[in-house]
Amino acid sequence: MSARRPAGKAPRTVGSDRAQRREGPPEAAPVLSIENLSVRLPQGGDRPHAVRGMELRLDPGEIVCLLGESGSGKSVIAHAVMGLLPAALTIESGAVRVLGEDVAAMDARRLSRLRGRRMSMIFQEPMTALNPVQRCGRQIEEMLLVHGVRGRAERRRRVLEMLAQVHFDDPLRVYRSYPHRLSGGQRQRVMIALALALRPALLICDEPTTALDVTTQAEILRLLLELRARTGTAILFITHDIGVARQIADRVAVMRLGAMVETGPARDVLQSPQSDYTRMLIDAVPSLEPRRGGGRPATAPVLAVGGLCNAFRQGSWLGRGKTTVVADRIDLEIRAGETLGVVGESGSGKSSLARCVAGLAPFDSGSIEIAGAPAHRRRGPGAGRDVQMVFQDPYRSLNPRLSVLESLIEGPLNFGASRRDAVARARELMDRVRLPQSGLQRYPHEFSGGQRQRICIARALACEPRLLIADEAVSALDVSVQKQILDLLEDIQAQFGLAMLFITHDLRVAARLCDRIAVMQAGRIVEEGSARQVLTAPRADYTRQLVAAIPGGSPDQAAEYRYG
Amino acid sequence: MSSTTLSDRPERIEPPWRDTLRRLGRHGGVRVGGCLMLLFVLAAVFAPHLYTIDPSAMDPTQPNLPMGAHATFVDLGGASFERWFPFGTDGMGRDVYSRVVYGTRISLIVGVSVCLASVLAGGLVGLLAGYFEALDGPLMRVMDGLMAIPAILLAIALVALWQVSLATLVVAIALPDLPKVARVVRASVLSVKTVAFVEAARMMSTPRWKILLRHILPAALPPLAIQGTFIFGAAILVEAVLSFLGVGFSSDIATWGNIMADGRNNFNIAPHLVLLPGAFLALTIVAVNMLGDGLRDVLDPKSSAGGRQP
Repeated sequence: MSARRPAGKAPRTVGSDRAQRREGPPEAAPVLSIENLSVRLPQGGDRPHAVRGMELRLDPGEIVCLLGESGSGKSVIAHAVMGLLPAALTIESGAVRVLGEDVAAMDARRLSRLRGRRMSMIFQEPMTALNPVQRCGRQIEEMLLVHGVRGRAERRRRVLEMLAQVHFDDPLRVYRSYPHRLSGGQRQRVMIALALALRPALLICDEPTTALDVTTQAEILRLLLELRARTGTAILFITHDIGVARQIADRVAVMRLGAMVETGPARDVLQSPQSDYTRMLIDAVPSLEPRRGGGRPATAPVLAVGGLCNAFRQGSWLGRGKTTVVADRIDLEIRAGETLGVVGESGSGKSSLARCVAGLAPFDSGSIEIAGAPAHRRRGPGAGRDVQMVFQDPYRSLNPRLSVLESLIEGPLNFGASRRDAVARARELMDRVRLPQSGLQRYPHEFSGGQRQRICIARALACEPRLLIADEAVSALDVSVQKQILDLLEDIQAQFGLAMLFITHDLRVAARLCDRIAVMQAGRIVEEGSARQVLTAPRADYTRQLVAAIPGGSPDQAAEYRYG
Repeated sequence: MSSTTLSDRPERIEPPWRDTLRRLGRHGGVRVGGCLMLLFVLAAVFAPHLYTIDPSAMDPTQPNLPMGAHATFVDLGGASFERWFPFGTDGMGRDVYSRVVYGTRISLIVGVSVCLASVLAGGLVGLLAGYFEALDGPLMRVMDGLMAIPAILLAIALVALWQVSLATLVVAIALPDLPKVARVVRASVLSVKTVAFVEAARMMSTPRWKILLRHILPAALPPLAIQGTFIFGAAILVEAVLSFLGVGFSSDIATWGNIMADGRNNFNIAPHLVLLPGAFLALTIVAVNMLGDGLRDVLDPKSSAGGRQP
């Protein structure tokens, strides 16, 4: 345990802390021990307890992953440890001991003295965790100030030292920057510097890389491992991503519906899981093995994009706006029955491309032909029915005030079908997407995310499109649900002979579903080819970087993880 | 919805607004405010049956009777009757109680009309400005212009320009409220028009008017309803102010503002002539605002102070 105490005051806490630690044998003292923790949900929740009978122990310098799908209670545990539980949740029983002291029984003042000094936390979205109107340096400095580090020069020196430690080449520039001037990964590194400024014994990471691109994610994970080795901080790492857990965890605890399903060394749990649930989770993650290597279908192209250029102009009528190129001479072709995956990191222009093809956004030059008919530059494709789209966020894709039936028949009615035919088609489609027909009368709030995404697929199919665009359609879903939706999309494409444009940031998902893959970077397609070629023998450097950054490794490694 | 499609209807299916209604019914502020409002509405509707006489009937021989006085009333037509005067009579010998009860009518009618007028017109402006980018600039600049003029001043000027009638008064009071409504609606239209379900509707070639009515307008209704109640309360107040200043309804019509204006001269000897209609006015506005606050708590929990979400 090398948690160096900061210079300065607040000796009382430090003293009592030392006294406590002297009592037990030093090697046995865990940084965090959660004993039989139960947290009650307010009445009317889907279950009585957010967390039930949780047991967990973190030793100094250890990284433990809490792994689970949404709603498994993993974030509740993190918030309980920090003493940040929302008022509606109450700790019913059990203890949360940080360095031997029970956090659950502590008052707010003592807790706030502990936060930052002995434990700190980093969050999923660093933009909202940092104060947008204060320079990064000041925010870290404030933390030192509050915890009694005297001397402006001393604080500044330590802040710069911390920023250098999280690998900023120019700490002074970051010190002076506002958060919005930094990229997502940089902001997360500032958060890490902030969290580790007082050398806490325990760092809690709540999905810290989920909002980041793969290459940035790999960077942050490496940084956390390195800092752990240097400072001996124990890390409680919360994630839904098995690949990430594989990369970073010493031990893993798998959560489901508030209870721990399985725990043990990461290697054992992730390679030979004992419980069915863990096995299901691991199997649901698509391997990087490309789907099939067959040639292209000899059908006519449904979508042909030629020399598409598009740029956003931000700025004012006073001139000198900023121009961002989102599409730079893009050529694409998708044939009937074929799936083209467009992969890339955020800001690569893949979603703008989808929106141009969908006719939701205008484009500057080039051509988009759908089933031979050219799309208008401003107004998009004339007959909207040939192209339909499934969106990313299932919670915002359905009008909450319309019943499922009303949503499903809207398209056909617009295209002139009779109400009777439209209703019959809606019933048939509910079967196709494997939802009960009784669901037609219900409203979206009664469905889960995966079920809503099925409804969205049915709604798109109701218009009998020839091209289906899926814009990150499975990114917001848990892996087990993601698997079902991917299976469904595959079936439906085969049944209807659709051409599919599949936009994703996740190469695993692309490998699972796509025949061909186009890799986008900064508005350009840097590589396009069959899924097998792109994933196993990438030609472009950028593709190689992307493949290498996937947590859980390359196809060979993945196979080894899964079956080794 | 045709009845055949409902044949396999299982136990409990309810549209989301049902739950909202239930939560409204459970909200304390909505209950109290609603009950008070109901009382006022009943008073306005059944004014002739609530032990009242013609509010403009006067007996100049019985001015400034105290509260609870009992007297023989002889009106100008010569009809005479025994009567108990709960609120006394004013300086011209009119029954203040009857005038206050009848005043409820004017206040509520003005409140409802102004509320409807500004919600409809402002809602339309907001909807158009939010959805059609080309209209946004021109429409909202006009709204900005309206906002630059003090509301009471604008109302006085408009009333002075036209003859006083219910319609002109409503327009004069509603016009300054237009920008508020338009901005609220425009903001919610802007936030909802890029949401995926609206884009999905666009992809299904749903006509624009249908997108506006079916997908966008419902999302703007909750803030509109909240804004509407506050305008309702404010309009009642503005009408009273205009009457009090003598630019509203002519002084022989019984409105709360007129009663107060008449009573002002005798405030030293009969303060209740000002205080009683004032109390009614205050109570109405409190009731309306309680309703509005309750609506906001239920429909828009994030913006209210007490609504802490887990």
